[in-house]
Amino acid sequence: MKAKVIVTPKKAVLDPQGKTVQNALEHIGFKGVKDVRIGKYIEIELEGTDREAALRSIQEASHKILSNPVIEDYSVEICD
Amino acid sequence: MNFAVLQFPGSNCDQDCVHVLKNVLGHSARLLWHKENSVGDADAVIVPGGFSYGDYLRTGAIARYSNVMAAVTEFANQGGLVMGICNGFQILCEAGLLPGALIRNRSIKFRCEFVWLRTGPANTPFTCKAPEGTVLRIPIAHGEGCYFADPETLKKLEANGQILWRYCDEQGKVEAEANPNGSLLNIAGICNEKKNVAGLMPHPERASEDILSSSDGRILFESMIQWHCKK
Repeated sequence: MKAKVIVTPKKAVLDPQGKTVQNALEHIGFKGVKDVRIGKYIEIELEGTDREAALRSIQEASHKILSNPVIEDYSVEICD
Repeated sequence: MNFAVLQFPGSNCDQDCVHVLKNVLGHSARLLWHKENSVGDADAVIVPGGFSYGDYLRTGAIARYSNVMAAVTEFANQGGLVMGICNGFQILCEAGLLPGALIRNRSIKFRCEFVWLRTGPANTPFTCKAPEGTVLRIPIAHGEGCYFADPETLKKLEANGQILWRYCDEQGKVEAEANPNGSLLNIAGICNEKKNVAGLMPHPERASEDILSSSDGRILFESMIQWHCKK
């Protein structure tokens, strides 16, 4: 099993990195970019086959350490 | 007074803190490795600057779960004095000992320069020697020092007098131009509600001797010492 965790900055949090990339996209000619937010993608290889237990465990890990709930949101997906 | 200065893999201001506390101020200071489970006989803990665990994941995110931080949390909950400087401030926020978080500087630049700070209320162990409004010249050196908290937390910080240092101009005026990193409310440093834990991005240990062009940073350590000795 594999867990895929995506961590993104909360809407209210400034993302200067995203802003800079947005400017760069516009600079090289990509039109219609409204906003860019940059987050993290974390892939975790897991033992066992119990997907529900894995989801619970990785959600806890995401809340405790993989993200900072003050500034970030996260989503977890378990796949084969 | 006995200070313990924490040391994580990647700390790089630990020796400077020990030097100032010991050689400049004449107190006892020792390094405390991150694997230790107790702060021992320390009267105060300094969480120094640097790049603990390479700043991997988020600044302070991994250090916050080290053995020594469990001991520091217990020490703080019992009223012990804790001051986090730069990466130390980031670690204390990650640990939940201070509210809010430090994020990427709004300019994306790593800022390494002297700044001016306006001191907040003097009724704390970290400011008691500096009357409110005292302007200090202390350097910063960080890429992720933009203080963020939700509006409710900011309101609380202000109402409780927990904002201890704000970026300002030379005259002490708190204004947008003096803000090096985009911190909300120009916040450079805060304390917790109980006022025994503080954190700030600027480096007082780098401005504690005249030969370094400013000794304004001494007043933070001297405040802690005075507060402790009066107790």
